Amino acid sequence: MCTYRTTTLTVAGSGKGAEGWFPVTDASVYFDHPVHAPADHTLNVDLRNPSRGASARVAVELDPVSARALALAILDMLDSAPAGLVDAATPSGVPPAG
Amino acid sequence: MTPGDLTAETVTITGHGGDAVEAYLAQPLAGPPAGGVVVIHHMPGYDAGTKEIVRKFAANGYPAIMPNLYFREAPGASPDDAAAVARAAGGVPDERLVGDVAGALGHLRALPGSNGKVATIGYCSGGRQSFLAACSLDLDAAVDCYGAFVLTAPPDEFPLQVGPLGHLVGDLSCPMLGLFGADDKYPGPEEVAEFEAALGRAGKDVEFHSYEGAGHAFFNTDRPSFRPEAANDGWERIWEFFGRHLSA
Repeated sequence: MCTYRTTTLTVAGSGKGAEGWFPVTDASVYFDHPVHAPADHTLNVDLRNPSRGASARVAVELDPVSARALALAILDMLDSAPAGLVDAATPSGVPPAG
Repeated sequence: MTPGDLTAETVTITGHGGDAVEAYLAQPLAGPPAGGVVVIHHMPGYDAGTKEIVRKFAANGYPAIMPNLYFREAPGASPDDAAAVARAAGGVPDERLVGDVAGALGHLRALPGSNGKVATIGYCSGGRQSFLAACSLDLDAAVDCYGAFVLTAPPDEFPLQVGPLGHLVGDLSCPMLGLFGADDKYPGPEEVAEFEAALGRAGKDVEFHSYEGAGHAFFNTDRPSFRPEAANDGWERIWEFFGRHLSA
C-alpha cells in the first residue's frame, strides 16, 4: 500500500548529504514504501534544504522497531541533557558558544 | 528484426499548461503499427524499475512513454530526491496529471509506428491516476495496478487534498483491466469489490483480478513485495487485454 501519510515540519540544524554538510530547514516524516531498505514499509525521514535543490537531502528508512527506539533515544537524550543546555539553545537549535 | 529489439531515450513532451516535461520513451525497432502505452509511475517516482517496465512494453511491440510527473519540482534530480520534494509539496495535482498524460498520449499518436490507439497503465498511486486519466481523456484501454483511494479520500495527513474519484465512474472512456493483491490493505479487497461493482452498475467493460498471496506492488521485481506468480499472470492478462484493444 501507499499510505500517502506525511508530516512536514520546519527544522534548524545541519545535515551531511551527498555533497557534504548543509543547513537543514525542512523535514518530512512518513511511513511508506522505502527506496532502498529491504521491507515493504519503513519509517522514513527526509531532512532537506529546498533552497539548495532536491539533492540537498539526508534520508533514512528505518524499520518500525528501530525508528521507535531511535525516537525514544532522542527524547531521552534531550531530557537527560545537563540542566540549562537545551533550554539555552538558540533559535537555530545550536547551544551558544562558551 | 529480432523480437525484443527496441530503442529507448529521454524526450521532452508538452505537458499540462504547455510545460516542457521530461519523459522516457521506448519503441520497437520495427514491426506493424501498434497502439501506444502511457506508463504512470508510482509514488517513488520516475525510477529505474518503472523505466524497465516502459522497455518491456516496447520489447513486446508497444511504443511506451513515461512522463516524469515530478520534473517540475526537481528537474535533473535523482528519482528518490525528486519524489521526496514532490511528497513534501503535496504530490501531483489531479488536473496537472491529466494534462501531462494528455501530452504523452499526443506524443505517442505522432510516432511513425502508431496505429492511433492509446492506453494508460499505472502502478500504486499511478493506478488511481490511470483511472483518472481514462475518465478524463479519450482512451482505448486502461490498466489500474493496485491503485488506492479511488473511492475513498487519502488520509488528512496528506497535504494535497486529492479527492475520491467515484463520481467519475460513468465517465470512463474505455475498457479497464484492474490487477490487485488480495492481501493489500490500500486498496483492500472490499474497496476493490466496491469499485468493480460501481463500474459494472455503470455498464462499463471491466476485468478485475485479485491474486491470493500477493499484496501491494507485486510487480516490483526489486522489492520484497514481488510475487512472481501474480506478476507473471498479471503480465499475461495485460498482453491479452492490450492485444484486444490496441491492435489495429
